[in-house]
Amino acid sequence: MSKILLAHGSGGKKSHQLITEVILPHFDNPILNRLDDQGIFTLGKSKVAMSTDSYVVDPPFFAGGDIGKLAVHGTVNDLAVSGARPLYLSVGLILEEGFEICELEKILRSMQEAAQEAEVSIVTGDTKVVPRGSADKIFINTAGIGLIEGEAITGSGARPGDLILINGTIGDHGMAVMAAREKFDVSNVFSDSAPLHGLIREVMKVSEVHAMRDPTRGGVATTLKEIAIQSKTSLLIEEEKIPLHPAVGALCDLLGFDPLFVANEGKCLFFVHPEGAERALAAMRLHPYGKNAAIIGQVEEGPAGQVALKTAIGGKRLLDMLVGQQLPRIC
Amino acid sequence: MPCKKTSFRDSGLAGELLARIERDAPSETIQIMEVCGTHTMAIFRHGIKRLLPPSIRLISGPGCPVCVTPISYVDRAIALSSLPDTVIVTFGDLLRVPGSYSSLEQENAKRADVRSVYSPLDALELARCFPEKKVIFLGVGFETTTPTVAAAILSARSQNLKNFKVLAANKVIPPPMRALISGGEVRLDGLLCPGHVSAIIGSDAYAFLAEEFGIPCVVAGFEPLEILGAISFLLSQKKEGVARIDNLYRRFVKADGNPKARAVVSEVFEPADAEWRGLGFIPGSGLEIRPEFEEFDASLIEVEVPKSREPFGCRCGEVLRGMLEPRECPLFGKACTEERPVGACMVSSEGSCAAAFRYGN
Repeated sequence: MSKILLAHGSGGKKSHQLITEVILPHFDNPILNRLDDQGIFTLGKSKVAMSTDSYVVDPPFFAGGDIGKLAVHGTVNDLAVSGARPLYLSVGLILEEGFEICELEKILRSMQEAAQEAEVSIVTGDTKVVPRGSADKIFINTAGIGLIEGEAITGSGARPGDLILINGTIGDHGMAVMAAREKFDVSNVFSDSAPLHGLIREVMKVSEVHAMRDPTRGGVATTLKEIAIQSKTSLLIEEEKIPLHPAVGALCDLLGFDPLFVANEGKCLFFVHPEGAERALAAMRLHPYGKNAAIIGQVEEGPAGQVALKTAIGGKRLLDMLVGQQLPRIC
Repeated sequence: MPCKKTSFRDSGLAGELLARIERDAPSETIQIMEVCGTHTMAIFRHGIKRLLPPSIRLISGPGCPVCVTPISYVDRAIALSSLPDTVIVTFGDLLRVPGSYSSLEQENAKRADVRSVYSPLDALELARCFPEKKVIFLGVGFETTTPTVAAAILSARSQNLKNFKVLAANKVIPPPMRALISGGEVRLDGLLCPGHVSAIIGSDAYAFLAEEFGIPCVVAGFEPLEILGAISFLLSQKKEGVARIDNLYRRFVKADGNPKARAVVSEVFEPADAEWRGLGFIPGSGLEIRPEFEEFDASLIEVEVPKSREPFGCRCGEVLRGMLEPRECPLFGKACTEERPVGACMVSSEGSCAAAFRYGN
């Protein structure tokens, strides 16, 4: 690994390598080493989750969202999947010389709306401008903190017997960005960008959640694989049960993508004790961001880290993390 | 809305087809070759191999355009990428294919300008946007994509875009099939003929396989039920003791294909001998840009290309001839993985090693 390749930013195997082999050794500490999407620590008597994420999506506006909304939702969700209540965000803007102020304002308005819905305040920020060509229009970094009132949820808690749930259709965000970038004239593919803290709260009220994570870059397959590895369990997923919008499925087929590897920005995978799974499903379906929720598989005894997929026609194959770059600059 | 099931993935119909395949499967092992890389990927993606009776063996053929492109071509593309004011434009699959010393992906990370697109017309657009740069499109592909490359060249001529060039390694499918079968290295009891290629060349183009070589052929699409249907039809031909061309992809493939697309291709390209990775030089299996379009021919650009060398131990050639299963290659999953591919078959989304690795490792 002598130079950074675009694949190092894919969220798949190469990103994982870059993080564990190059970045982690410099900062080695027990909080970071867990490699969840947020660090969890105590401050005084409070258990706190902290997370940060940078957004470089190209183009900055797409059907169903924009870079501003994404920057709020992404960090809110990274906090929420630890079981935290997101509270405060910071915003760092990197702007390219020549970027239209009216577009910036559109993005800022969208950020404020998203923050309001997510019940967080943007409390500090920073702005930098770089010469034309040194950045592409606008990049945004957000960091956030949240309070964990019960037990923290990590990616390592899934147990055999748990059922696996998702709160709706997969691949919507990735394909919406792709359609906007390539200027495909599709009218029915929208990003699913959404804050998930409310939905997660409802699910946790009615069921015992052992693990959860939002399947962003690298898609559902990559996240399932991560959790199978972290939890040292085996997962069995049923392709037929995975919600997929027909238009997203068609666009994936057309462009040669597997929706299981396409990014989501408003989805969460839940690993739930089987007893509460039906209640969790019902709670999700009542929530605006969970109408198409489904139980898509289960955790099994078996080789640690294995994810098997039962295909629609009854065949079986294994799922792995995304390799290479499927779509650069998706979030 | 959840998971709207398409009729081509219906599990009930799949069960009926599988029962029919089970009933017709002979006791001795038979080998069916899927020629097209997209079929290979679909077979793995839907887990079809594990559903078939053990006597039916599916083997992959030379139908992945990136896989059969010789390493010397990749080396030339890399050499061209180092020229000043040059943009290399390619379908994404070729980016990670290892050349003798580097890959286009690695060159892009250094300083070259390499971009991936979905259509040669996107390359044309780049040529229009950057008149001061030479925009070189890497023409790798079979009958399916060649008409779009030819159309791009015609369009470049009518727009007088002299900075648009194509490094053509376009190939045609029937000659290597003849070479493979008359070579006799691998016994074939049936052929699953490519879907997209057939849309251009027509199902009649395979007549020689049935007539001269007595091999049952079925043209099919890429959905799981279409592939199972094709296997069932091949078994029926076998049972009846006949060899003919059955077309199960009539919604796209006509007997005579798409004459208009072929006319565009022959206006711009002429047949040539071509080198195939694993199969060597095959007469009449490639396409060259005609001399009247030489201003768009990137193969005429002078550039120093280092002597090519095949990666040590790589057995892509045997995999492409259907003689070796990906898993039987000693490098598979060890020295050669999707992250660190040694050979092209591990890189392309249509490569049989990539399919075996991604969906079955």
